[in-house]
Amino acid sequence: MENIRNFSIIAHIDHGKSTLADRLIQFTGVCNERNFQDQLLDNMDIERERGITIKSNAISLPYRAQNGQTYTLNLIDTPGHVDFSYEVSRSLASCEGVLLLIDAAQGVQAQTLANLYLAMEHNLEVIPIINKIDLPSADIDRVLEEIDSELGLDPDTHIKASAKEGTGIEEILEAIVLRIPPPTGSGDNPLAALIFDAKYDAYRGTVIHSRVFEGAVKAGDIIRFMYNNSTYKVEEVGHFLLQRAKREKLSAGEVGYIIAGVKTVSDVRTGDTITHQDRPCLQPLPGFKEVKPVVFASIYPIASDDYQDLADSLEKYKLNDASFIYEKDSSAALGQGFRCGFLGLLHLDIVQERLEREYDLSIILSVPSVRYRFTLKDGSVLYVDNPTHYPDPAEIAKGEEPYIRASMMLPERYLGSVMKLCMEKRGVNSNMNYTGPGRVELSYEMPLAEVIFDFYDRFKSVTQGYGSFDYDVLDYRESSLVLMDILVNGEKVDALSQIVHRERARARALNACDRLKDEIPRQMYKIAIQGAIGSEIIARSTISAFRKDVTAKCYGGDITRKRKLLEKQKEGKKRMKMIGSVSIPQSAFLAVLKSDND
Amino acid sequence: MIKNEQAGLYIHIPFCLSKCAYCSFYSIAAPNLIPEFIKALLREMAFWKSSSLPGQGFDTIYLGGGTPSLLLGGQIQEIMNAVNSAFVIDRQAEVTMELNPGNVSPEYLRNLRAWGVNRLNIGVQSFDDGILKFLGRRHSAREAVCAIDAARAAGFYNIGLDLIYGISGQDIRLWTETLERALSFVPEHLSCYQLSVEAQTPLFGRYRSEGLSLPAESEALDFFFATSHRLAEAGYRHYEVSNFARGNSFRSRHNMKYWRHIPYLGLGPSAHSFCAGRRWWNTADVAAYIQNLFEGKTPVRQSEELSAEQLALEALFLGLRTQDGIDLEQYQALYGVDLLTAKKQTLGQLVENGLVEIRDGRLSPTLSGLAVADSLALI
Repeated sequence: MENIRNFSIIAHIDHGKSTLADRLIQFTGVCNERNFQDQLLDNMDIERERGITIKSNAISLPYRAQNGQTYTLNLIDTPGHVDFSYEVSRSLASCEGVLLLIDAAQGVQAQTLANLYLAMEHNLEVIPIINKIDLPSADIDRVLEEIDSELGLDPDTHIKASAKEGTGIEEILEAIVLRIPPPTGSGDNPLAALIFDAKYDAYRGTVIHSRVFEGAVKAGDIIRFMYNNSTYKVEEVGHFLLQRAKREKLSAGEVGYIIAGVKTVSDVRTGDTITHQDRPCLQPLPGFKEVKPVVFASIYPIASDDYQDLADSLEKYKLNDASFIYEKDSSAALGQGFRCGFLGLLHLDIVQERLEREYDLSIILSVPSVRYRFTLKDGSVLYVDNPTHYPDPAEIAKGEEPYIRASMMLPERYLGSVMKLCMEKRGVNSNMNYTGPGRVELSYEMPLAEVIFDFYDRFKSVTQGYGSFDYDVLDYRESSLVLMDILVNGEKVDALSQIVHRERARARALNACDRLKDEIPRQMYKIAIQGAIGSEIIARSTISAFRKDVTAKCYGGDITRKRKLLEKQKEGKKRMKMIGSVSIPQSAFLAVLKSDND
Repeated sequence: MIKNEQAGLYIHIPFCLSKCAYCSFYSIAAPNLIPEFIKALLREMAFWKSSSLPGQGFDTIYLGGGTPSLLLGGQIQEIMNAVNSAFVIDRQAEVTMELNPGNVSPEYLRNLRAWGVNRLNIGVQSFDDGILKFLGRRHSAREAVCAIDAARAAGFYNIGLDLIYGISGQDIRLWTETLERALSFVPEHLSCYQLSVEAQTPLFGRYRSEGLSLPAESEALDFFFATSHRLAEAGYRHYEVSNFARGNSFRSRHNMKYWRHIPYLGLGPSAHSFCAGRRWWNTADVAAYIQNLFEGKTPVRQSEELSAEQLALEALFLGLRTQDGIDLEQYQALYGVDLLTAKKQTLGQLVENGLVEIRDGRLSPTLSGLAVADSLALI
């Protein structure tokens, strides 16, 4: 156990976490250059393209230190976005130390701080690393100053590195060995192992990623998940190298995987404790909480024939994403579909993209909603996350919506425009704090519904990418809510209905009408697009008809050509949704979903 | 009825003296190849003689191009004789030949009649010399007039004129002048095509480099309506998107076969054939065509077997290009789709918007519907 180090890399987005992980892996020689693919730990396409880490991952690095001893360095990767902060906390709970990565040009950012606090909550040893020192805009003195004043860390403990150029890597590895404490615990105690992740494997079922704190686990053991008391027989345990490497057992202090015939990932809760059925530990490891989705939207197949495919794909997707929930739903306009819950908008984007990319599905998402709370006149309380279930307005005594506290960190020069944005988003109770020269920490209480729209995108754009943003859900507050419907050619498109604050309804409706007007192709007749509250029309736009499209000639040889063209167009139309007799392309739904002003 | 209907025979003469600026049909300016081509064509007929379209007689023949009137009288005669000996041709067959104005002598025309040609389709395109020049036509308006007069004098009582509108520099007034001039000859048939500028034609390059534009949608529609209304007034039936006939008997029987899945056999380079759900077409290259046939090989380059779904789609889009529209009962019998039920809501919407009519068991486009026939087919 003395020769094990469990650590994580934490950083603000784009500060170079994945690149550093790659260098550590290369330096320790776990893989040869030939099968090395940049950003090894991010093994999904989307992650690599977006440069974010969605699901955590782990790898064991063998390292022969300068003192002549060989160590096993377990690198536990963490997701890097606010939507996944619980997963981050579970990964950190599996470590004894972290590398805190700071961009030499950008300095300390909001997530640097947020991640540091998380690490401190877990009493982890923190090694500050100033990365990207090769950048011409690197300002190491300023970063050192920030490490001292903003992070409260001893600036002398830092290491300078450029993961891109491979400088400072050995120094980092030595620091991991020398400064991060070895794990404690005893292989003789009752088993207590923390689940920090789980992945689905088509052949083996769920592969549990776990850190053993006490005791040991081996094939043949009967284990119990303490959250729901389900028991399983262990089939295999092992370490993570580039692939899984089978071991006889996993003992206290070690990080590895457990395969125990668990069918789906959702049978496993991240943060839960595994113990032995026969000789259980007294208490579960601390910190478990059930993650609850806060953003809801419905998913429909564009072609109703694809419903079963969608159902199968969601089931498969769910195998790998325990925080994603779904249930059957149906829409008058869009037919059979599923109501889904997400941790946030990014999570929603990722699910959508993966369904389209990995399962080759064309889907339509309804406008995302938060979960509202209505108190009816008879005193009963109703939670509504689907506009379809909006109660009869005559019966509503009180409507409430969830509020969050948004924490933002930004250069002072953007303060004015960010405050303006927050007020526009109905932000209240602002709090401002100068954390250093020219840097402001700003917080607002805001309705979650405002944030899930386009707040993050607009925040990034007004701060030109220099701002960072994080949020916590606070409570429910009374609000004047209405149900806003969209009608296309007189037909209500229920997937576009939204529950909105009364004062926002008109602007939202106008915006939706305009977006739809731009996205719905002209048809053979005029189409009215309307926004309505009940029977009152509050916004309107019109798509004019097109009137001549016919090709002049169609003789022998043209027929095949013409048919092929029509077939192509029909194929394109399959990717549209018929609402009444109007074909609405998927992009129209997306445009409304991503709406608000540009 | 379809089963009893005889097939159509198309013969493609792929030669022109020069290429018109807008034309995307296959032709070459190599008249020296004509004798060999005719030999090859006769061989192709001989091939079909032994393995003809199953059990088919033909009641239309269409000599198209290219410029069939480039062929000498004797060459036309040779082809017609071969046709008559290779195929079963109905006594009442409609035999059309395309004719370009210029250099057609009265004697040539009289001979055509003697060899069985009973319908002429004259490529007039315009009665405005400026427009003709723009289109790259070799003839003048005057020559067009001469050709029509000569055809009448030779005894042709079934004449069709081809006209083009929507040309850069041509407004409605100029177009109407051409139309009126055409009407003064009281042709039995008129084809009025809106100019489409196909990629790979000289005109395409010209439109691009000179920044010319095609008429905007509303203007194109004005041309379309004005043409239809004027010709209706003059007693013509707008029986297909671009085609008008002075009474049903003067509709192009041959072209109508294309629009109703009636079998047709195409001979010559690039010619298409259709029979029993299969479509095939010859190589478009004259030299390869000749060589294949001289080596005893088929000039067929490609074929496709149409699925039920493809046939149904074709029947729909072809039917909706004609004023007669679609016989709903027959459509269901042939393609297994009850359009009235399957497309109830859309059809209701289209009827309401005056784009189609459903009457006497037929689904047919209105004039506004014809103008958007390409989209109608996507219902």
